Amino acid sequence: MSLVRGAAGAAAGQRVDFDRSRARTDATLWLLQRASAFVLAVCVVVHLATIFYAVRSGLTAAAIVARIHASIAWPAFYAVFVVAAAVHAPIGLRAIAAEWMGFQGRRADLAAVVVGVALLALGLRAIWGLAA
Amino acid sequence: MIRQGPLQRFRSHGDRPAGWWAFIVHRISGVALALFLPVHFWALGRALEGEAALEGFLRWTGNPAVKVAEWGLVVLLAAHLTGGLRVLALEFLPWRNWQKSLAAVAAGVSLLVAVFFLLAVR
Amino acid sequence: MTAGTAQAGDPHRERRPETAQLASSSIDVDVWRGVADGRFVRYRVPREASQTVLDVVTWIQRNLDPTLAYRYACRVGMCGSCAMTVNGVARWTCRTHVDRVAAGARLELRPLSNLPVIRDLVCDMRGFFDKWAAARGRLVPTATRNDPMARVLPASRERRAADAAIECIGCGVCHASCDIVAWRPDYLGPAALNRAWTLVNDVRDGGNRARLAAVAGDAGCHACHSQASCTERCPKHLAPTASIAGLKRAVSRALLKGEL
Repeated sequence: MSLVRGAAGAAAGQRVDFDRSRARTDATLWLLQRASAFVLAVCVVVHLATIFYAVRSGLTAAAIVARIHASIAWPAFYAVFVVAAAVHAPIGLRAIAAEWMGFQGRRADLAAVVVGVALLALGLRAIWGLAA
Repeated sequence: MIRQGPLQRFRSHGDRPAGWWAFIVHRISGVALALFLPVHFWALGRALEGEAALEGFLRWTGNPAVKVAEWGLVVLLAAHLTGGLRVLALEFLPWRNWQKSLAAVAAGVSLLVAVFFLLAVR
Repeated sequence: MTAGTAQAGDPHRERRPETAQLASSSIDVDVWRGVADGRFVRYRVPREASQTVLDVVTWIQRNLDPTLAYRYACRVGMCGSCAMTVNGVARWTCRTHVDRVAAGARLELRPLSNLPVIRDLVCDMRGFFDKWAAARGRLVPTATRNDPMARVLPASRERRAADAAIECIGCGVCHASCDIVAWRPDYLGPAALNRAWTLVNDVRDGGNRARLAAVAGDAGCHACHSQASCTERCPKHLAPTASIAGLKRAVSRALLKGEL
């Protein structure tokens, strides 16, 4: 019985006190994810409409490149889109890693930053390739 | 706690509430999109090697199996968007009972987008 | 007609037609016995009209096995001590009629999920209430007994927000229904966070700086993914999901003002 109770205390994860810097990091990441979500909501609607339009007129490389060259607004739009996605996705993956894989703490934060930077680099490179 | 094997984390609480399904669809679609993103960026990056390289890639996407996968990605994007709007509404709007129906609204809109694109893709 | 009238005063006579309408005269009940590595034991219990799940458990203890451990006190949905997992769903057993949950004359009773089992249907609630303390769920007074009574207008925004969440009696149903609690045992959970939200809105309280830091983060309000199982299952029809969303906004405001 006492054994069970001992294990019980540990499993219950008693938090006697809190870690203010941890609270700030987590709260900042949450806010960043929600802020990027608002941006992405607009971007994804535009993206879906563009895909819809593009597939109806047949998807060709020439058409994609021509559209992006038509106005500086397109590369600018995609740059915002890529930045928002690069912020949004790693924070979500970090939550899944913690909840389903038990991977959390500073190392998980670092892994999220690496994923974010990699997405940013790949995405901006693609825009550069299409717009240049 | 009573353990019931490795699938404990998905143990049933009886009938799952709609919000649970909204969550699981949001999470699975999010993971799928996160995995797809680097591939998507890489494919578009082929344009760096010239328009012909991108065109060659796009011809490959004309393959029916790839087309179905593309349609699936569009549906996942729509599902993640509507599920995300549900979460933002729950978190940032004052609580009202109609918000309990948001999961159904999200599912409905995603389904509409799915059908819309199914009709659009040639 | 005259015969019926003559027998109307007899309580047994009155109950018989209802009893006759029951689908079966008895119900098979699988009850969790032992600790975490226990097992289910099947009992056959007579069906009664308007029988609650708590009636069933009590009948087993009084007639079949006096060693069966379970908790209850008020029997009328006021004390919050009789919650169990009934056919997979956390419920108050005192306010759950067998008719409403027993599909095919079967019941499966387990202790609440997400809490350590002491024995049979009894959980150790200490971890649950420790989380209320960790979430700073205690009023931090700003006045003394010598000050005049605080005036809190019933129509004020803060008062209405607190009112919407205040009726929690700590039964643990939401905590047992929450997937995030299962996935992250350090997560404070819906009940403790709901309590913290009532105090965030209590104009007499002076503890919000510490409270917001205590409820912030991935073991606090930010862990909630709005699955809303808590809100779906709460026997008091409270919405902890909404309370937790309120905490997320309050924490964000504090963060942006540099007060977190």
